[in-house]
Amino acid sequence: MKEFETKNNEEYEDMGSEPVSRTVVVPGEVVATGEDFLPGEGARREGSDVVASRYGLAEKIGRVVKIIPFSGAFIPRRNNVVIGRVSDIVHSGWIIDIDYAQNGFLPLMESPRFVNKNEMDQFLAIGDVVSAKIWSVSPKGIDLAMKGKGLGKLEGGFVFRVNPSRVPRIIGREGSMINLIKEKTGCNITIGQNGWVWVKGNDIDSELKVRKAIEFIAEKVLVSGLTEKMEKWFGENK
Amino acid sequence: MSSMQLTSLTYNTLLKMFSAEKRFDGRKLLEQRDFSVEYNVSNKAEGSARVRMGKTDVVVGVKLEVGTPYPDSMDKGNLMVSGDLLPLASPRFESGPPKFNAIELPRLVDRLVRESHVIDLKKLVITEGEKVWTVIIDIYPINDDGALIDAASIGAIAALLQTHIPELDENGRIDHDKKATKKLPLLENTLPLSITFYKLGDSLFVDPTREEEEAADGKIVWGLSNYKGKEHMIHSCQKGMEASMTSEDIQKMMKNLPKLYDDTLKKLKKFLK
Amino acid sequence: MAFKRPDGRKLDEIRPMTAKIGIIPNADGSAMFTFGKTVAIAAVYGPRMLHPQHMQDPKSAILRVNYDLLSFSVADRKKPGPSRRSQEISKVTEWALSPALDLKDFPNTVIDVQVYILQADASTRVAGINAASMALAQAGIPMRDLVCAVAIGKMDKELVVDVDKDEEDFEDGEGATDIPLARFANSDEFTLLQLDGKIQPEVMNKAIALADKAMAKIYEVQKKALKEVHSE
Repeated sequence: MKEFETKNNEEYEDMGSEPVSRTVVVPGEVVATGEDFLPGEGARREGSDVVASRYGLAEKIGRVVKIIPFSGAFIPRRNNVVIGRVSDIVHSGWIIDIDYAQNGFLPLMESPRFVNKNEMDQFLAIGDVVSAKIWSVSPKGIDLAMKGKGLGKLEGGFVFRVNPSRVPRIIGREGSMINLIKEKTGCNITIGQNGWVWVKGNDIDSELKVRKAIEFIAEKVLVSGLTEKMEKWFGENK
Repeated sequence: MSSMQLTSLTYNTLLKMFSAEKRFDGRKLLEQRDFSVEYNVSNKAEGSARVRMGKTDVVVGVKLEVGTPYPDSMDKGNLMVSGDLLPLASPRFESGPPKFNAIELPRLVDRLVRESHVIDLKKLVITEGEKVWTVIIDIYPINDDGALIDAASIGAIAALLQTHIPELDENGRIDHDKKATKKLPLLENTLPLSITFYKLGDSLFVDPTREEEEAADGKIVWGLSNYKGKEHMIHSCQKGMEASMTSEDIQKMMKNLPKLYDDTLKKLKKFLK
Repeated sequence: MAFKRPDGRKLDEIRPMTAKIGIIPNADGSAMFTFGKTVAIAAVYGPRMLHPQHMQDPKSAILRVNYDLLSFSVADRKKPGPSRRSQEISKVTEWALSPALDLKDFPNTVIDVQVYILQADASTRVAGINAASMALAQAGIPMRDLVCAVAIGKMDKELVVDVDKDEEDFEDGEGATDIPLARFANSDEFTLLQLDGKIQPEVMNKAIALADKAMAKIYEVQKKALKEVHSE
């Protein structure tokens, strides 16, 4: 069974009998030659060649050649779920550190219930953690929204970070991997596209197991048979 | 790597975990990580060592220079401990003039090495009252995953034990081409090491990862050695951060310090030639 | 009489090279590169926030390089802190690397590259560039190409590839000329070109030709280091 990754909630179509070949490439390396091939994300055309612009796995699906990077900074996009830390309170809202070169901003009106300007820190204080959705990205800043299922102030449990490029793998195709972890540990887990993960369970040992499992997955770079590997891992790590 | 600051969530979880004597990596609160020591970080140093403790990675180099004695110690060589928290090692370290942690680390190692008298400074005189050897220990973290001071002290003594005195030419200047054969005069059984206790809530713990170290409320660095045959002689101490230590804390530390020192020494001896 | 290299190498022979990535877990990307006894390590942090705000470029990330020698990397201890030499090398290294990077995706940010020399046996800046190039790739920075660097030397009248310290100190005849060069791995674009000594134009062209051959070998070492971590 071929393993595909989800990325930013997009799914790759199963191309049926089309071969999907993957090789490790470095920037500047020729990945395919000929006008037939089209450069996808992470690749570019140079003359008749398709050349890698990233360090990662070159994937050919049909005519499109793209590079799945091994690592890379989180690039915020609208609708991304992110986990962040309240770093400051201003009169119009909260400044949220989303582990990106720009801070996120949660406007006062986005709080799920009415919050008085004088009581802002009673709702969200500096150091608190939230899961929020990116509403808009612009040079002025990143606006966040917090109304919605699974979003809001996170209480209990703990947060830790993985490389953002690993998030699709940890979620798995249609959530298969993250659901496996939830099932095996009984924990609540939220994964931000910015690489931050929140875990909360009934006891510390389950929470620790989630962290270990996710860090284990994050270290593995090549995808094949990851679900089977994790089933085995849970069997060995009771 | 993330530069996001500690969240109250993680702090509270660590508080609970430590009360239950649990840590993320499965260690006990007073359990230290294993470490490895490599030598010859630089063939230009008179002695050097690299300590890897978990993901913490510190290099220490010893250089000798010809200098003049201090007026109040004309019959002794000099010791200087220096170094920097290279921005390479952590998203928290910045370029530019050293901040407090960068200043404190070499000073703590200096105090430990100096007070333990592990280097026989009297044997470092070249010409009485005029020329002496200056021993310079330089400490550089390469990757900070906590406990830099303790790792640095291991690196310092490991490097010192490898250090040779350079040969001088007929003009009294160092001849780098001549092979150095004389070892640095040391009291080789002294073996100074630092053990740092951290405090989170009411729990005391040692050898933190960077995450644990950033959550800590208090810390206290102890320097010990086997001084002139007396085991576990404490040479230095510095309490840092805001939380206070109770007399019960201090008693607990006094109770555990010898074993922690012995455990570190046992691990270190595997790497001493 | 033809120049005989002190360590017995052929004129166009590079010292044994080693390369490894991911040596600094805290960094977004990191690498080590050695030319014989010269050991360089590089760490990349970024893109990340840049302060003060007036330094920000609204159209692109800026690249900031800090190169230095560790105190004990050289025979005469170097006092900690940036020297004029290290500041100059930091800047030319920045110019050597930035054409290869695609920084438009990260406006108002900075990509910090830290290069340190653990052990110096000449050719330190080019070793640093080789390490930095791998570290930038590992950090996932979009790049046009890897950058390869080597120091070509002229010992009296003889051109040599990969200058070591004994050669750097050579004084007979026309003495030692040191020519550090960096180039895109896959195209004829030189991004570092410095020179120190005595050389005439026709010989300079020969030096460039020698460098081209050397770059290909260095590229193989860099590629291998980047690819070998993923062999299962």
